[in-house]
Amino acid sequence: MRKAGWFVTGASWGVFAFLYLPLLCVAIFSLNASRSGLTWGGFTLDWYRRLLHNDLVLRAAANSLILALASTAISTVLGTLLALGIQRIPWGKRASKGMEALLNLPVVTPDIIFAVALVIAFGALRALTGLFQLGMPTMVVGHVAFQISFVALVVRSRLEAIGMDLEEASFDLYASYGRMLTSVVLPLLGPGIFAGAALAFTLSLDDFVISFFTSGPDSITLPIFIYAAVHRGVTPEIHALSTLVMLGTIAAVSIMQKLTARSGAEAGA
Amino acid sequence: MSPRTLRLRGLLFVVPGIAWVGAFLAVPCLALAVVAFAQRGGFGEIEWKFSFENLKRLAGWDLFGWSPDNLWILARSFWVALVSTVFCVLLSYPLAFFLATRPSKTRTVWMTMLLIPFWTNLVIRTYAWILVLSPNLPVARLLAFLGFIPPGFPAYPSQIAVWIGMVAAFLPFVALPLYTSVEKIDWALVEASQDLYADRWRSFWTAIFPQTLPGISVGVTLTLVPAMGMFVIPDMLGGARFMLVGNLIEEQFGTARDWPFGAMVSLALMILTLGTLMAVGRNGKAKEARA
Repeated sequence: MRKAGWFVTGASWGVFAFLYLPLLCVAIFSLNASRSGLTWGGFTLDWYRRLLHNDLVLRAAANSLILALASTAISTVLGTLLALGIQRIPWGKRASKGMEALLNLPVVTPDIIFAVALVIAFGALRALTGLFQLGMPTMVVGHVAFQISFVALVVRSRLEAIGMDLEEASFDLYASYGRMLTSVVLPLLGPGIFAGAALAFTLSLDDFVISFFTSGPDSITLPIFIYAAVHRGVTPEIHALSTLVMLGTIAAVSIMQKLTARSGAEAGA
Repeated sequence: MSPRTLRLRGLLFVVPGIAWVGAFLAVPCLALAVVAFAQRGGFGEIEWKFSFENLKRLAGWDLFGWSPDNLWILARSFWVALVSTVFCVLLSYPLAFFLATRPSKTRTVWMTMLLIPFWTNLVIRTYAWILVLSPNLPVARLLAFLGFIPPGFPAYPSQIAVWIGMVAAFLPFVALPLYTSVEKIDWALVEASQDLYADRWRSFWTAIFPQTLPGISVGVTLTLVPAMGMFVIPDMLGGARFMLVGNLIEEQFGTARDWPFGAMVSLALMILTLGTLMAVGRNGKAKEARA
């Protein structure tokens, strides 16, 4: 690989500044003592302290986590099964094509269309059964619906990489199908399943649009809370809350990078 | 084992996932096409009387005659998505080469630097721009000096704010796949082009650019799709005069409570998105074939 010229280097620093300046701005203002925004009134951690006593914020944070954990658990199981089924069974041409299209649906459709489709689906189901009032359960259903494809895509690429040899070897050694799955495929598939689950988890935490359309009054998540707060008028507490979410993101991304770098090095060795 | 029993077993694996995605995403998306031709009842419920009223309304006809407002919103969304995507590609290009030229030790750090904004919640990133564009901060002062906004006012809600927000939001979506392509570039081709006396410009267009096309086409897809339906950014930074189709849809399902018309607008967005993706895909293939 060659060396980067001055133009490439300069432009890249510019782009990074463009990406990080706003985030830095939020972090700085979250430490600002003056209430009315944009003049510097000295350093304080007061806004963070207040957050800890704000029940609404705490509940929104809990909701975000519950939603992400529940939807990730369900979608990881269903997505992994789907990947196994698609990758390892000799389906006919038309059936595989149909499943392929279903897997790619979330990639080629704007999320607002899914949100709207879910609203209509829940409305119809509510009229038919009386269940499906908008709230945490409907949000979980919605999140799982778009996570499944992403989990399945990640797990399937890992399945492709593993290949069939060890599975066939285990059959030669008279392993039953269940035994082959639990002691050959699942251990090998572990990192792929973990990567799929991590992706599903981040997608859920990152989502605003689908939660916004399918939430009820008691199931507000952090992004919905921040969005509503911006419309009401911003307070320094929101700066503090956003900064905490950003710090969480930075920690999560750094850990994931470390993990993938390590597993990559192991695979290479 | 016969393929038949294998397939029966396969059904056990596939059916739960497919049923979930089918019941809550695929079938409702198709149902949009039916609801779009129904009507809004007096209390905001769906009345199952089918007509082309919503289509007419989308095309601009209502009780008071014809106005191009809705068509403008569709065209504007398309234009904003397209131009933001182009800007993202232009800005990602140097960034991808910068990342690919880092020594392997620091490269992970730079990659993490790019992934952090990628995974930071969009609502927070957009709200951060509200802060940056506040009155009397450098950006608003510059725009006031250039005459775009009156002095002492914030730089939002405005068209420029939406452009900035969109490009900032989607830049990592293009930069990451583009970097993957740049990393794989075969530099022998560049040397060959130089041996054949190509100047820098020629060598870029014939030896480097075609090799980055796969990354660009992934990045463009990843950007165009969410950009077309974007609702958070125009909502927070654009205001009522710079509405995009995402806001129109949200309005129908929120305050207006007109699901059928909302479904019609969603249907239009879906067709527009798929059409654009197909056009981009065909164009990309033609370019690759030529290269």
